[in-house]
Amino acid sequence: MENLFFYFFSILSIIFSFFVIISKNPVHSILSLILVFFNAAALLILLGAEFLAMLFIIVYVGAVAVLFLFVIMMLNIKTSNLSISMYRYLPISILFGSVFFSELFVIFYFDLVPIDVYNLSLFLNFDYLYFNDWENSVSSQNNVLALGLVLYTYFSYLFVVSGIILLVSMIGAISLTLHRRNDIKRQYIYKQLGRNFKSAISWKY
Amino acid sequence: MILSLIILLNIILKSLALIVPLLIGVAYLTLLERKVMASMHQRRGPNVVGLFGMLQPFADGLKLFVKETILPSSANTLIFILAPIITFLISLVVWAVVPFDENIVFVDINVGVLYILAISSLGVYGIITSGWSSNSKWSFLGALRSAAQMISYEVSIGLIILCVLLCSGSLNLSDIVDSQRKVWYIFPLFPLFVMFFISGLAETNRAPFDLPEAEAELVSGYSTEYSAMGFALFFLGEYANMILMSTTVTIYFLGGWLSPVDLVPFNMIPGFFWFGLKTTSILFLFVWVRAAYPRYRYDQLMRLGWKIFLPFSLGWLFFISGLLLGLDWLL
Repeated sequence: MENLFFYFFSILSIIFSFFVIISKNPVHSILSLILVFFNAAALLILLGAEFLAMLFIIVYVGAVAVLFLFVIMMLNIKTSNLSISMYRYLPISILFGSVFFSELFVIFYFDLVPIDVYNLSLFLNFDYLYFNDWENSVSSQNNVLALGLVLYTYFSYLFVVSGIILLVSMIGAISLTLHRRNDIKRQYIYKQLGRNFKSAISWKY
Repeated sequence: MILSLIILLNIILKSLALIVPLLIGVAYLTLLERKVMASMHQRRGPNVVGLFGMLQPFADGLKLFVKETILPSSANTLIFILAPIITFLISLVVWAVVPFDENIVFVDINVGVLYILAISSLGVYGIITSGWSSNSKWSFLGALRSAAQMISYEVSIGLIILCVLLCSGSLNLSDIVDSQRKVWYIFPLFPLFVMFFISGLAETNRAPFDLPEAEAELVSGYSTEYSAMGFALFFLGEYANMILMSTTVTIYFLGGWLSPVDLVPFNMIPGFFWFGLKTTSILFLFVWVRAAYPRYRYDQLMRLGWKIFLPFSLGWLFFISGLLLGLDWLL
């Protein structure tokens, strides 16, 4: 049954990723991107990582994709010209695709399959390989607890660094868009609240 | 095969037992709103269809059902049809994790709070896509307003929920209610309750923050081009979201299904009665606010969200985490 769900969600995510690329309307592309995110979250749930799945939906679907959609809807692009853009970006997309694909293999061989590095004869002999039981090692304790235990202890340095990177990018975005115009009328709440009967009306002799 | 069929039937029956009362609740919420607002305006309200107008919501629903569905010729048809369906479905899906009583819950997942936050943050899609696909100025402006408003107020809602989570020490909704056995969180966290309620008003696009459908400026906002069932689905989704918002207020702050005092006559009453009573009183507050306050201006709304609620809830988060850590009260 779980295999069935796995194939269902992964096939759907592949189909919708194709739609992201080939659909002519950019809004349709974004909507299919959202569906890809959803299927990825469903795959995470099948892995037993429900906390990550929920964060995935909140961050990517609830925040990032909404902003994408917001920007693209404001632009007055009805359809993109498919025939030109498709082949121009093909070489670089093949490059990136192959890099990510080979990274997947690197991860599978060196991270997910524990290998005795000093004894490389095991590397070629598949009889000795055993796979980490990731689902049990994750779900043996509370999902959130497991993440918090490593995130705030072993990886606390990286956690703080990623927070600072986000802060820097936020300040950059604010400083790019912040320019105060002086030629428009503004409403100052504190001035309005500070007014009273005596200061509002005054006699001038 | 037989076993999986039985499981499937079980799931379908359970979800029907959840959805049908919800829809009836939505129907009577509209009647409650009209009746309460009528008595606040010193008039009668609907009183013709049925006894005290009790059948009015069904008459309205039937009217919307038999009306003609109009598809604007310049609309993006697929998204135009999908948008109300998405809104309605999302407002139903959230109810899977809501605990109505001890062990009376569809699924009791560990990350229930995050689930509610995630799914309710999707509600903006139905609105934004409907506004864009209608290809009309009013719809588009309404959708943009609504999206910006919902995103802004989700920030403060998230921070307030974090405070509640720190106090209860769990992301499971039943555990959150259980942790309020000694004292409901409304008493120690009263300012947060007020902020959560106001943010909830903004999140569900209710008055005084109903700028997305400000009828004086934007006709009817994102639902301008919708007729018949499309409009009805938006309406149902919106009111179901209102009930959901008051349910989350009940769970986070008012102790869910717990009775107000743990004494004999109150203990005997089943928990779902208390749950419904608390939810209904919060819903009454929603209606009361609508009848009592004028609409905000849009820049005032944004100022309230970003310059007042965000710093204030962030400060409360620091204060509560410092207090819990310093006095060793963390669960």
